[in-house]
Amino acid sequence: MANNLLDQFSQDELAARLQAEVEVSGEGVSRAVVVPKEQLLAVMEKLLREPDFAFDMLSDLTSVDRKDAGFEVVYQLFSLKHLCDLRVKTRTAAEEAQVPTVTGIWPGADWMEREVFDLMGVTFAGHPNMTRLLLPDEFEGHPLRKDFKLQPRA
Amino acid sequence: MQTQTYELNFGPQHPSTHGVLRIVLELDGEVVVKATPVIGYLHRGIEKICENRTYIQTVPFTDRMDYLAGMGNNLGISQAVEKLMGVEVPERAEYIRVIMCELSRIASHMICCGSLVQDLGGVTGFVFFIRDREDILELFNRACGARMTFNYIRPGGVAQDLPDGWVAQCRKFLADFKGMMETYDKLVVGNEIFQMRMKGVAPLSGERAIAMSATGGVLRASGVDYDVRKADPYGIYDRFDFKVPLGTKGDNWDRFMVRMEEMEQSARIIEQALDQLPEGPIMGKIPKAIKPPAGEVYHRIENAKGEIGFYVVSDGSLKPYRWHARRAAMINLQLMDELCRGFKIGDVVAILGTLDPVLGEVDC
Repeated sequence: MANNLLDQFSQDELAARLQAEVEVSGEGVSRAVVVPKEQLLAVMEKLLREPDFAFDMLSDLTSVDRKDAGFEVVYQLFSLKHLCDLRVKTRTAAEEAQVPTVTGIWPGADWMEREVFDLMGVTFAGHPNMTRLLLPDEFEGHPLRKDFKLQPRA
Repeated sequence: MQTQTYELNFGPQHPSTHGVLRIVLELDGEVVVKATPVIGYLHRGIEKICENRTYIQTVPFTDRMDYLAGMGNNLGISQAVEKLMGVEVPERAEYIRVIMCELSRIASHMICCGSLVQDLGGVTGFVFFIRDREDILELFNRACGARMTFNYIRPGGVAQDLPDGWVAQCRKFLADFKGMMETYDKLVVGNEIFQMRMKGVAPLSGERAIAMSATGGVLRASGVDYDVRKADPYGIYDRFDFKVPLGTKGDNWDRFMVRMEEMEQSARIIEQALDQLPEGPIMGKIPKAIKPPAGEVYHRIENAKGEIGFYVVSDGSLKPYRWHARRAAMINLQLMDELCRGFKIGDVVAILGTLDPVLGEVDC
């Protein structure tokens, strides 16, 4: 298995290196770095550019509806240079449901963010084309939200 | 003379798209100015459905995503659940999984390469690839009763043991495989018209491929040595000797050749796995009602189209709180626009073929 960056750095060390208020959540395979969304872009920029991190591949981008606690946007990063893995999360309140786009850092985030917008209803500020990807434009609602109930089969 | 560009709809139903895909082409004469893929025609809401099913019940939905390489999808979700629960899989099951996934990779690449040849007018090539692929589907059919939607690899192991004579039949396939590759070499790889249509078309740099999150053959054709089986080994892949084929230019030709070479490497892995295949149980100790502890996991594997990853969030109940699949086919398809620009409309079909999208996975 590839390394996890959190095997090498503690929460305080990471906070110092990234100059941000990061917090480590979960244990074992569930570990993730939680970043305040105001600092997301600065942290992501460092995670990509700094040679010790070099997270050049955005493997996955998705979101979780935490109901009253708002939405989590989850980034799965991989460093081809260090063969190292890291999960980064940021949170946004349910009424606001917006985080900044990372398409300026990893252009491959384009469709992934559009998919999250389409299905979860989280918008990405600064995205060049924030439109529905999979569902028709006239579709109402965002199916992956927890308050969108699965329709029983007729 | 004043000219203007015009729009042409390619698809939604086009024989080369492995499903339903529309590409809106903006053309200047026959040169592509812009190519916008429009997806979503097949969207079934698999993620939402899986969040309303038990963990075991989500496995058959993964078959129906990349139906050309369903074994890999079964493995991905099964290992994600096992990682979350900390379950050990019996040795025999691990070997069977490797054999099945590599057969699945060959079967998927045969469709990719065969249909690409057909898209460029070489129907005979397609027929040969599809004929040989039948041998693999027959092996699957004997092992689990299905040709494409297997539901065979499950959390804890595999659904059932190999039937009598299966290993011999698989060895027979490997013995024939060499001859198959020679046929393709003579008929397709060595064909000058085919080479002319592929070489130098739609090159992609390694840096750009990484930035666009491309994986699988698309990324490796651009010379980037990233194969999850080596970079983040899962199961027992670290026990096998195989190479990761790489391209240099990342053009259509490299994307085609990388897959042809990967088929040979897969055959090597299967051979080693058959030699080492131990006796023993095929299912580990796993409760009937799976309730992983609260937490979350992302598990990636190298499937035929590239990296497929499953992000599963458990709240400790019987059903996943969040179930998400990272699909290589969808993310690779983003490259369509930049690869097509400046090339001719006749190249669009070849470029699309080398990206090897399966729309069941793109739309999910």
